[in-house]
Amino acid sequence: MSISKKDVEHVALLARLALTEEEKVLYTEELNAVLGFMDTLNQLDTSEIEPTTHVLDIKNVFRDDEVAPSMDPSQVVINAPAKKGNQFRVPKIM
Amino acid sequence: MTQYEAVIGLEVHVELKTKTKIFCSCSTEFGKAPNSHVCPVCLGLPGVLPVLNKKVVEFGIRTGLALHADINRRNKFDRKNYYYPDLSKNFQTSQFDQPICEHGALTIDLENGEKKVIGITRAHMEEDAGKLVHNGNTISVSSGSLVDYNRVGVPLLEIVSEPDMRSAEEAKAYVDELKKIIQYIDVSDCKMEEGSLRVDANVSVRPIGQIDFGTRTETKNMNSFKALQRAIDYEIARQIETIESGGTIVQETRTWDDERGMTLSMRSKEEAHDYRYFPEPDLAPIVISEEWIEEVRRQLPELPQSRRSRLVLEDGLSLYDATVITDTLAMADFYDRVRMGIDDAKSIANLLMGDLSKSLNELGSSVDESNIDPAHVIELIRLMYDGTISGKIAKQVIPEMLKTGDMPKKIVEEKGLVQMSDEGALEAIVLSVLQENPQSVEDYKNGKDKAVGFLVGQVMKATKGKANPGLVNKLLKEKLSLN
Amino acid sequence: MKFHEMTAHELSALMQQGQVSAEEITRDHIKHVEQVEPSVCSMVSKTESIALDRAKEIDQKRASGEVLSPLAGIPMGIKDNISTKGVRTTCSAKMLENYIPTYDAHVMEKLHEAGGVMLGKLNMDEFAMGSSTENSRFFTTKNPWDLSCVPGGSSGGPAACVSAGEVVFSLGSDTGGSIRQPASLCGLVGLKPTYGRVSRYGLIAFASSLDQIGPFTKDVEDAALVMETIAGYDRRDSTSADVAVPRYRDYLNQDIKGMRIGVPREYFAEGLEETTVSLVKQAIKKFEDLGAIVEEISMPYTAYALAVYYIIAPAECSSNLARFDGVRYGYRDETAEDIFSMYTKTRAEGFGHEVKKRIMLGTYALSSGYYDAYYKKAQQVRTLIKQDFDRAFETYDLLLTPTAIGPAFKFGEKSQDPLSMYLSDICTVTINLAGVPALSMPCGFVNGLPVGLQLVAAPFAEGTIFKAAHAYEQATEFHKKRPVLEV
Repeated sequence: MSISKKDVEHVALLARLALTEEEKVLYTEELNAVLGFMDTLNQLDTSEIEPTTHVLDIKNVFRDDEVAPSMDPSQVVINAPAKKGNQFRVPKIM
Repeated sequence: MTQYEAVIGLEVHVELKTKTKIFCSCSTEFGKAPNSHVCPVCLGLPGVLPVLNKKVVEFGIRTGLALHADINRRNKFDRKNYYYPDLSKNFQTSQFDQPICEHGALTIDLENGEKKVIGITRAHMEEDAGKLVHNGNTISVSSGSLVDYNRVGVPLLEIVSEPDMRSAEEAKAYVDELKKIIQYIDVSDCKMEEGSLRVDANVSVRPIGQIDFGTRTETKNMNSFKALQRAIDYEIARQIETIESGGTIVQETRTWDDERGMTLSMRSKEEAHDYRYFPEPDLAPIVISEEWIEEVRRQLPELPQSRRSRLVLEDGLSLYDATVITDTLAMADFYDRVRMGIDDAKSIANLLMGDLSKSLNELGSSVDESNIDPAHVIELIRLMYDGTISGKIAKQVIPEMLKTGDMPKKIVEEKGLVQMSDEGALEAIVLSVLQENPQSVEDYKNGKDKAVGFLVGQVMKATKGKANPGLVNKLLKEKLSLN
Repeated sequence: MKFHEMTAHELSALMQQGQVSAEEITRDHIKHVEQVEPSVCSMVSKTESIALDRAKEIDQKRASGEVLSPLAGIPMGIKDNISTKGVRTTCSAKMLENYIPTYDAHVMEKLHEAGGVMLGKLNMDEFAMGSSTENSRFFTTKNPWDLSCVPGGSSGGPAACVSAGEVVFSLGSDTGGSIRQPASLCGLVGLKPTYGRVSRYGLIAFASSLDQIGPFTKDVEDAALVMETIAGYDRRDSTSADVAVPRYRDYLNQDIKGMRIGVPREYFAEGLEETTVSLVKQAIKKFEDLGAIVEEISMPYTAYALAVYYIIAPAECSSNLARFDGVRYGYRDETAEDIFSMYTKTRAEGFGHEVKKRIMLGTYALSSGYYDAYYKKAQQVRTLIKQDFDRAFETYDLLLTPTAIGPAFKFGEKSQDPLSMYLSDICTVTINLAGVPALSMPCGFVNGLPVGLQLVAAPFAEGTIFKAAHAYEQATEFHKKRPVLEV
């Protein structure tokens, strides 16, 4: 499979990355190089193979429904680039 | 002219009433100061990890059983990736291809008396998002927004129906019944206005007789049952009009504007719908044992549909009465317990739906929050049966009972509300009323039967409502026919 | 011997004997940092004053008769992707240049309890993506054995820092070799524990299903000590294993006679430098001399590991790094007028080239229409790779392989050719995919540059690794060599 500049633009949109024209060309080349390498996997028939998400055989890791203290609200926004009171401020959405 | 039919499927989000969030130990309490219920985990700080609240799974199983769904013995969480500032990680932890419940159904009662089964495709667990407060009035004219993450991580169950509904009324009936079930099984408050029950409607139209579905739209932001019905009706009309005028329906998300009474497109150029789901590597899969399912099943109450049928078929109530009585689990349970002491379903229903509900409403209370037990009502009805009090006196006893929690007998005795059934004493009063109201006596003789009612009223007034109404009627009729 | 050349167990013994205080050791290290740091450049942030306070505290505790951990009063450094409360944690990224965590990672809580004295936060490839630390957005770290060479990566700072004697041990993270490869290039012991052995709570995630925290130390005994402290169940990490932590020191000074060691031939594939092959073969001979039974084996799916790794790791990273959006913390483009351009500009400026490339790659692999061909396929092949290991450990106690394809390389040598940089991870990524533990330790030198071998065990068999590694170490002299830094 190969990836076009248009694909790169679409992926950049999904990933919320603004790319320059030069970057689009560069990423198209670089991604194609890596993806070409990925095609080796197609040599394997995996139709009967279960995918591995967890290497350990884990299941049912739960917590009890018990309240623990939350953060001090003033600490919540301590690293915020823009804030108002204890809330985060973001530019207009539409 | 082509006749169209609507095809409606609903996605209902209910906020589960756990004490803590789905993946951290922050409280889920509603309406607190902004960002006062957040921690590194729900705030998505770099390096944090989620740990699943067991109660959420239990509530998922309970809901699945109540909706006659299959519980997936093995299910898992996935990440749904998209950017929006109300998400703290820019992905929502949800369930994609292995939800906790699949293939359920619920039955709605149609207005024509028939029943209709609505299929439920699936129900899955996920986390809620935070809240944005926009500067300016609306999101579109806003210069910026403030973000409060208190709600982020509140557990949700998303219940997705099959496209089985054909009108806004059916959609309302479905949500109504679903809400009732969810409230019965006590997994959510289902307050539409507070957002703990949210409904998105997938609507399409097609010419009657056509098998293929038309293109659908998804409408969001209906904050009441009324809005839900209006939005669906609007969307059906809009789509038919679009098609009739030669246009095509675009598959898109729309938002309901309640003030303007219309749905509006939410599309924007940045919107590329590709959620890139993949299994959540930070959470273990969930494996549900038969034992766990049976344990949850044992705790399930009898559900509204079954109760309604029982009250109609076994107790002989009308469907309307049965529906009102079973509206809440508390009232339905209360009814059943009173019913164990009184063998007259209709009287119980009348009392519960009438005077008791009225008094409770005035107090802004409900039967489970009130001072009284079924024993109060049983005693009250028995006092009416044995003639100690009349229905009219009962109306005085009920508010007092709710106020003090005292038993009806005690109230009746202390307040001197015992019914007057002494025939001699009543006869004297009846005679004096007849003497004082010669015009009514005349009217009666001229065939105006209504005059009796007035005279009964006068006797009741003279006895401060304590006269036995049956006896008064009997005496009046005797005296009038003698005259 | 100078304090900064000594190991944790040596220094701990001296402190227990009352020959030196934690404060003296700390001051000595701080002084050494001042001398060598300008040439090594391993530290993103220095925390000397906190360190001195900690050291004094430890001395008081010891004076009052408290029984202390062997790590009490030992200077340490922490990779800058491990959350340290109140101390800037940058991931060597512009995105997090000014981010100060409000909470400690699980391993930091454990090390604080043990009395470790943190001297600084250590440089790395941005968000742990790279094999040379050249992807740090701040500066490049030098290999103390040859300052014109890379220290390896992504944990180049933690490796160089210990190697240069600035700290006694350090913590790194390993997603595809980020502890073992720099350990190999810097002549250290570096361990990637079994997935789930050490809590990831507070490790800024790169690829969640592969990441593990582990130690860099000057010898095997120190590695055992650090593991006894940081390993163990943590209820805040759902993937952390509720498996008892053994006293790893009990595995030291043991006879390895009869131990069965498999050498998978696929790890000696094309690209591996001859000098490395010959040093690893000498090591194999040494293990045989010590009584181990060494046999060549085959792990046929090894060849696919790189492709699998470079799908799974970027896919998970594309999602893990989505949270860096300029809203709650970190860098933000202030010129944007709407949220969409704020996101795209913030992320374009806040991330470096390699990070963006992996986000793009991962986003593509997960996107509609490609998921089955890439991500799902990779997870299926991951199953096959894991089965290779399951089979091997039915017969063998350990596997022995090279760690890296060669010794440290020059700056810029591989960064021009991205694919060759990826290929250099060939011996290490397979281990992360299988989730098994692996340790790199020095097995010789090529032109004065160290070369490492890798010992791999079954899940939770770190003890077996320590047993073999310690036996080999005690039979060799490589771990005693220290780089000579001109100061």
